[in-house]
Amino acid sequence: MLLRIDRYPAAWMLLGVCLATTAPGIRASDTRASATGAKAIAAQGDAQRGVPPCAGCHGAEGQGNGLAAFPRLAGLPARYLRQQLETLADGQRNSAVMSSIAKALSPDEVSALSAYYSELPVPASSPQRAGSDPAAAAELAEHGRADDRLPACVLCHGRRGVGIGDDFPPLAGQSATYIANQLEAWKAGARPAGPMGLMPRIAAKLSESDIRGVSAYFAAQPATRDVQP
Amino acid sequence: MSAIARSVAAAAALFLAGAVAYVSSTRAEVSNATPRTEAAVASTPSPQVPSDSKRSAFIPPPLSAMPKDDFGKMVRLGEQIFEDPAHHASAYVGNDLRCSNCHLDAGRLANSAPMWGAYVSYPAYRSKNGHVNTFEERLQGCFRFSMNGKAPPLGDKVLVALESYSYWMSRGARVDPDIAGRGYPKLDKPPMPADYKRGQQVYDENCALCHGAHGTGRQANDGSPGFPALWGPDSFNWGAGMGSFENAAAFIRANMPLGLAGSLSVQDAWDVATFMDSQERPQDPRFTGSVAETRQRFHNSSNSAYGTVVNGHLLGSDSITSGGHPRATETSSRP
Repeated sequence: MLLRIDRYPAAWMLLGVCLATTAPGIRASDTRASATGAKAIAAQGDAQRGVPPCAGCHGAEGQGNGLAAFPRLAGLPARYLRQQLETLADGQRNSAVMSSIAKALSPDEVSALSAYYSELPVPASSPQRAGSDPAAAAELAEHGRADDRLPACVLCHGRRGVGIGDDFPPLAGQSATYIANQLEAWKAGARPAGPMGLMPRIAAKLSESDIRGVSAYFAAQPATRDVQP
Repeated sequence: MSAIARSVAAAAALFLAGAVAYVSSTRAEVSNATPRTEAAVASTPSPQVPSDSKRSAFIPPPLSAMPKDDFGKMVRLGEQIFEDPAHHASAYVGNDLRCSNCHLDAGRLANSAPMWGAYVSYPAYRSKNGHVNTFEERLQGCFRFSMNGKAPPLGDKVLVALESYSYWMSRGARVDPDIAGRGYPKLDKPPMPADYKRGQQVYDENCALCHGAHGTGRQANDGSPGFPALWGPDSFNWGAGMGSFENAAAFIRANMPLGLAGSLSVQDAWDVATFMDSQERPQDPRFTGSVAETRQRFHNSSNSAYGTVVNGHLLGSDSITSGGHPRATETSSRP
């Protein structure tokens, strides 16, 4: 797929840097692990340390890019975000782009950035591609597949994928490509198993077409938190 | 291929299909008639689901097959109540539980007390209340105990909708209280007597992630029901079936943790059920005014912790009044 970030990391990073603000990177010595510091890294990065602005790929509002593999960060649980940066830095989780960036960040910066993005308002969903069989995908996401002992995604990720607490991040309005990449990564053992090793077990029961379907389903759900039934 | 050859081929195919169907239905009959052996299988520690699911023959129709006519609308309402009773049956619900918390996959999953298993099993005599209960009366019990609310009157739209939903998904199932997949697969007694402390450890390692360290459950980020409360004021009351060690252990062994069903041993299931059901929860609506008398009349069983002392506390002595907090915003009416 053209938009696979894994295939063209350098190109995507370059694009990200170009899209971001052109202000020069702040100096490392100025970087404080504060909300201001996190905001500065998010908007401007730190060129000296090879940290591009987060906003370049994840958007100025942390909304991500629904058509690419850049996940939305806004409104995700801080602890979850911190865990991702930590596992990207220590090599448990692999990403051609993010691993080196995560390594360059101090633990305080990781915490501050995680807090910063978790507190950003949940953005409106960005445009997504529709799946090829939305009815089957909705059935799988909302009801699971009893024959495979596959529970419904929404049982743990909340109605319409709105998310439950720190350990079950929102899927609603997330980039479909990103969700699909993560499910593939769990299937391939390329992403840490996470709490209780749930997701590798779940992903192993999903076919490629299941993955495409549920990813598109959740990407298309409204990301806002105040969804009424 | 000539027309004759084609019809011969078609007839052969039909015969084969028929033979396969016959053989599989015969198998189902045979396995239905076999005494239940799931407990023996379940005692072997392996990541297998209890074997009752294997002999389960009935598959309810997909939700997408729900009719669109007036009957279908009532079925649909039943499904909505089932998934979100606090919203769709608010007048009768006193906690944040959902029917689908204990009857997984909207009441469709075999060995998770599916509604198609219940529907074909009533009317039935129940020792719980000492008379023959209709299906509708059985549903009333769920509201009174599991939902810690109050029973909708017989004929109430809430009950009609739930009965319609249950009937619709049961069409084609055999009327038979021994239908495979009904209820939760009965569990063997544990190898060692169930133990609260071991249960707490099982809970911390396998349950707390979703249900919280203190059993309070978790709401989803939009405030909708997430993971159910297992004890405390927002859970089922002391009169609910899930308050029985045996029942809870059977449910847990067959269904929990979600996505890892079958990973807990029989011993784990009994231990953690004992831990969960030895916590304070809303009072039994049949409370007589005395914990001892209420135990004697309604909980006189080794499967109930009610009225026993656990960690120095007499369970039932500090229960909030049953009935919870039914939301009076939505009134129900007879159809």
